[in-house]
Amino acid sequence: MKKVPVECRNVRLAYGATQVLDDVNLDIGPGEFFALLGPSGSGKSTLLRVIAGFNPRHQGRVLIDGVDLAGKAPWERNVGMVFQNYALWPHLTVWDNVAFGLVERKFDKITIREKAGAALEMVGLSEYAERRPSQLSGGQQQRVALARTLAVEPQVLLLDEPLSNLDRGLRVQMRQELFALQRRLGITTIFVTHDQEEAMTTADRMAVLDKGVVQQVGTPSALYDDPVNTFVAGFVGTMNQMKGVVRARDSQTLTLLVEGVGDLSFSVGVRAPEAASLIVCFRPHALRVEIANATRDDRHVWISGTLEASEFVGEFTRYHVRVGGHRLAADQPHYSGQAKIPIGGTVSLGLEPAQLRFFPA
Amino acid sequence: MRPGAWLAGAAVLAFLLLFFVLPVARVFVTAFLDGDGSPTLGHLMTFFAQGLMRESFFNSLYVALMSALFAALIAVPLAYFTVRFEFRGAILIQTLGVLPLIMPPFVGAVAMQLMFGRSGSLNLLLNQYFGFTLPIMEGLNGVIFVEAIHYFPFILMNLTVALRNIDGAMEEAALNLGCRGWRLFWRVIFPLAAPGFVAGASLVFVKVFDDLGTPLVLGQTNLLAPQAYLRITQVGLEDPLGYVISVIMIVFSIAAMALAAQALKGRDYATLQKGGAGVQRRRLSGLGALAAYGWIGSVLLIVLSPHLGVLLLSFASVWSFSPLPDAYTLAHYATVFQDSSGMIRNTLLYCGLAAAIDVLLGVTVAYLILRTALPARQWLDWIATASLAVPGIVLAIGYLRLYKGMLVPGTEILVTSSWVMIMLAYAVRRLPYALRSCVAALQQLHASLEEVAETLGATKLRTIRRVVVPLMAGGILAGFVTSFITAAVELSATILLVSAESQAPMSYGIYLYMQSVAGRGPGAALGVLAIAVVALGTYFTHWVIERTDRPIASRTAAVRNWERL
Repeated sequence: MKKVPVECRNVRLAYGATQVLDDVNLDIGPGEFFALLGPSGSGKSTLLRVIAGFNPRHQGRVLIDGVDLAGKAPWERNVGMVFQNYALWPHLTVWDNVAFGLVERKFDKITIREKAGAALEMVGLSEYAERRPSQLSGGQQQRVALARTLAVEPQVLLLDEPLSNLDRGLRVQMRQELFALQRRLGITTIFVTHDQEEAMTTADRMAVLDKGVVQQVGTPSALYDDPVNTFVAGFVGTMNQMKGVVRARDSQTLTLLVEGVGDLSFSVGVRAPEAASLIVCFRPHALRVEIANATRDDRHVWISGTLEASEFVGEFTRYHVRVGGHRLAADQPHYSGQAKIPIGGTVSLGLEPAQLRFFPA
Repeated sequence: MRPGAWLAGAAVLAFLLLFFVLPVARVFVTAFLDGDGSPTLGHLMTFFAQGLMRESFFNSLYVALMSALFAALIAVPLAYFTVRFEFRGAILIQTLGVLPLIMPPFVGAVAMQLMFGRSGSLNLLLNQYFGFTLPIMEGLNGVIFVEAIHYFPFILMNLTVALRNIDGAMEEAALNLGCRGWRLFWRVIFPLAAPGFVAGASLVFVKVFDDLGTPLVLGQTNLLAPQAYLRITQVGLEDPLGYVISVIMIVFSIAAMALAAQALKGRDYATLQKGGAGVQRRRLSGLGALAAYGWIGSVLLIVLSPHLGVLLLSFASVWSFSPLPDAYTLAHYATVFQDSSGMIRNTLLYCGLAAAIDVLLGVTVAYLILRTALPARQWLDWIATASLAVPGIVLAIGYLRLYKGMLVPGTEILVTSSWVMIMLAYAVRRLPYALRSCVAALQQLHASLEEVAETLGATKLRTIRRVVVPLMAGGILAGFVTSFITAAVELSATILLVSAESQAPMSYGIYLYMQSVAGRGPGAALGVLAIAVVALGTYFTHWVIERTDRPIASRTAAVRNWERL
C-alpha cells in the first residue's frame, strides 16, 4: 500500500458567529499515526469531518498525496472513517456490513468474498460473519467497523473517538491492537480523542486543539516536556501553576514574588520569557516532598505548605498541598514501610529548576 | 387493598366478558356449528364454494393491499422530504396525522365521486381540454382511492418517527464507503426505517379490510364487510355465512397485526443515541425547492379534496356535470339543524357515556397492571387491546346474536334494540385508545408520590382519588377525547345496532342522507358539523394537555439537558 501524506492549509470553518476551525495548518507524514487531541468543542471532530468531506462549507484546502480534495464528495475521496458509535447497520449482518463498500465499488463476487473475508480475518472475527451487529460485544462491534472501513483499502484512515464507547480494560487492549494494525498496514491514520493518555501512548505525533486553533504539534514527549502555553501544559498531563511578579532578573538569577509564598529565586538553567509577571509550571512528579523539618538541599528551591489531602494510588501517593493561594499536587513514589505524612501537617516541597517552565501571565 | 383490587379486576373482567369476549366468541361458535349443535367446517366450505363470496374475499384482499400500496406512495416521499430537507412542514404533517381521525372515509366518498368520478370535476376538465378521462372512481378503484388518501397518515406518522430516529452517522458511514442517492435510500435509510413503515402499512391494511361505510356509500358491495352486512340484514341473523365472513375478517386483522409484530421483532432500529445528531438536513436549492413544494402542494390538494368536497357539497344547491357547484345555499344547514338535533344529541350522549366508561376502565386497568400484584392482571390489558382487531360490524353481529330475544329487566324492551348497546359497542371498540393514554399517564407518575400520601395516613382509595387521578388528569382527558371523537364517526357497528331512526347518531345520519341524491347536501352539512365538533374536541385536548403537562414536560427536558452534560 502506498503511504500518503495529508496536508491542511489554512482550514477555517464558522457556524454563524462561532469560529469552529481557525486557520488550521497541519502536515501529516506518510504512514504516520497522528492524534488530534482537545477538549470537547475544540473542533477536532469537525476537522476530521472536513477531511472526510462531510463539511463542504469550510475554507482552505485539504490535500491527500498532494491532490486537492476541494469539491470532492465524501464517496470520491477514498478516505475511510470509523465513527464514534461505529454506525454499524443493524439491518445487515456483519458480513454484509463489511462487504458494503466493496459492493458499492462494483467489484465482482469473487473479489468481494476475498476482500471482505480478508478484512474480517484481519480483525479476528471470521466466525461472526453471519451475526447481526447487535449480537456482538462493544469491542467486537468496534472491530467490525474497522474491518468495514479497511476492506475498501482507503488511502487514509480517520478514527473519531474510536475507543470512547469501550470500558477501560478493553480500551487499553483495543488501543494496542489498533496501533499494531496501523503499523502493519502502514496506512496514514488520523485519530481524534479527548483522552491525552490515549493520544500519548499511540500517536507518532499529535496536535492539541483549543477553540478551533492548533496550539501545538509535535511528538507526545515534546508536548509533555515543552508545552508552548499553559493550555497545552494543563491539557497534556497534570501541571501545577503558580503566578508571580518578577522582582529581579539578570543573566544568573530570576526572583519571583509569589503571593502567599514570598520571594523565590531560581538560579542556573532557567529559560523564561521577558514579562513583568510570569506563571511558573511544574509537574507533580518533578517535586521533592519532605516533612517540614527535613534537611533542605541546595539543588532545589524549597517552599512550605500545609497538607490538605492525600490520595494513595499505589505506585505513588499524590499529596494536595496548600501553598498560599495555590493548591499544588505533588507525587511521592511509594515503597512499603514509608512514613505517612499526617493531614494538616506542614510539608516542604522542593522544586528542581531544570523541570520548571515559565509562561507570561 | 387486596379485596379492592380483586373487586375492581372482577368488575373490569365482567364488562369485557359480557360485551366483548362472549359476543365475539358467539360469532366464532356460530360460524363453526351445525344446525344440530355439532362442530362443522361446512359453513366455511359453503363460503368458498360460492362465487360471490370468493370474489368478495379476493376483492377485499386486493382493495386492502392496493390501498396500503397507494398510501405508501403518498406517505413515503412526504416523510422522507420532511426528515431530509429543511422544510417548513412540521405543523402541516402533524395536522395531516389527525385528519383520518376526524373524518372517516365514508363521509367524503360522495364528494370524491363528484370531483373524481366519471362526470366529476376532474374528468369534465380533462375531457374538455385533453379529450380523455381517468377511471379513478370506477368500481374498486374508487374504494382504493378514497381509502388510500384517508389512511396514508398512518404510514406517514410511523415512518417519520422512524426516520427521525436514525443516527446521522449511519448515513455518513454509507457516504464514506461510496453509497449515495437512491442506493443510499434503498440500502440504508429505508431498511432502517422499515419497522415504522410496516407498522403503518399493516394498520392501513386492517382499517381498509374491515371498512364497511366506504364501500356501501360507493355502492361496492362485493367485498367482505358489505357482504356480512347484507347477509345479516337481508338474509337474517340465522344465516351462517355472515358469521364465517366475520371470522375471516378477524383472522385477517389479527394475522396482519401478528405479521407486522413478527416483522418488527428484534428490529428496534432506533439508532439515535443520547446527544447524537439525526440524519443531516439539507437546504433545498431554488429549483429543487420549487419542485418539492410544488409536488407536496399537489399531493396535499388531492389529500384534502374529500374535506374540501364535503364543504363544497354542504353549500351547493345544484352540483352535477360541472367542475364546481352551480349555485350555493345555506339551506342544507337549516335542514340539518331542523331535522337532526336528535342525532346530534344522540352522538353527544352515546359518545360521552362511552368515553366515560373507557376512562373509568382505563384508569382501573392501568392502576391494576402498574400498581398491584393481582394475578393475571396483564390479561385485562391484552383482552381490552384485542378489540382493535375486531371490526365494528363483527361486534355488532355478536351483540345481536348473543342477546337475541333477551329483554331489558323490568321492561318489555329487547336488549338488542336499546340504544345502550350502541353506546357499549363504542366503549368496547375505543377502549384501547383510552387505555393506552391512561397507562402512559400512570407510568410517568413515580410510585413515591403515592407512598408519601400513604405514610401521611391516606388510604389506598383516598390516595387514588386525591393524588393519582389529579396527576393523571391530562392523560385521562386525552383518553376521553380520543375515545369520544373516534366514536363520533363510528359507522360499522352503528349501522347494524340502530333499530329506530330516533336512536341514530350523526354518523348514521350522514350515511342515511348520503343514500339519496337529494340528501347529499344535508348529509355533507351534517358531516361538516361532525367534523367541527370533532376538530374542536381535538384542539381542546391539545390545549388542555399542553397546559397540564407543562411542568412534567419541562422537568423531563431539564433532566435530559442534565444528562447531556
